[in-house]
Amino acid sequence: MGFLSDRDTEYLKNLFAERLAHPVTVRLFTRESKLVLPGVRQCPTCRDARLILEELAGLSDQIQLEVHDVLAEADLARQYDIFDVPAIVLEGKNAGRVRFFGLPAGYEFATLVEDLLDVSRGEGDLSAETRRQLRAIRAPVVIRVLVTPT
Amino acid sequence: MAARLAHRLAVESAQVTADVIEVQEFPELIERYRVRGVPKVVINERVQFEGALPEAQFIRQVVLAIDGQTQPTDGEDADA
Repeated sequence: MGFLSDRDTEYLKNLFAERLAHPVTVRLFTRESKLVLPGVRQCPTCRDARLILEELAGLSDQIQLEVHDVLAEADLARQYDIFDVPAIVLEGKNAGRVRFFGLPAGYEFATLVEDLLDVSRGEGDLSAETRRQLRAIRAPVVIRVLVTPT
Repeated sequence: MAARLAHRLAVESAQVTADVIEVQEFPELIERYRVRGVPKVVINERVQFEGALPEAQFIRQVVLAIDGQTQPTDGEDADA
């Protein structure tokens, strides 16, 4: 433990108790081996990503953390289309795929917390018009949002 | 906020995969997508824009990307 202040811990515990109606599985794809393997890049943020998610998952019984090593579970990583690590996939009542690549710190930690609430209930507070256009989509869409830590 | 909006769309549509990528950890993506400002949004590798767009304009870009009517636009609101 140690990423969150006592105050943040209390706040998040209460938030999750009130608003996580259904369970969410958080899958972390990681590579923490200390071995230096040819062609395999080190992952400097993988350990912190695991520690942050362990702390977060400890705040609610509704959050189930599953940690997958991409070398040991290469098939699963392929199945989830994981192109790099650390990668985080949220699974609950969401219809599409909600993923992070890189450490969810700073602004992205807030994004992750709010995403957990949406994934739990399967709704994203979209306007009626946006929902209408979403329903009309018949082909796969990959949206990549490139951000930097703030 | 672009990251949240992309994820909210993915929560509600089975067709949508939304990746929020901390790009400093993956420098090759900075080059590949020619990132100059953030947030930068890339849809189906075709439509790109920088900055935050309101929900109505964002979903319009998603539809454009599918229709193949590539009209790259720059976001006016930089309050990401």
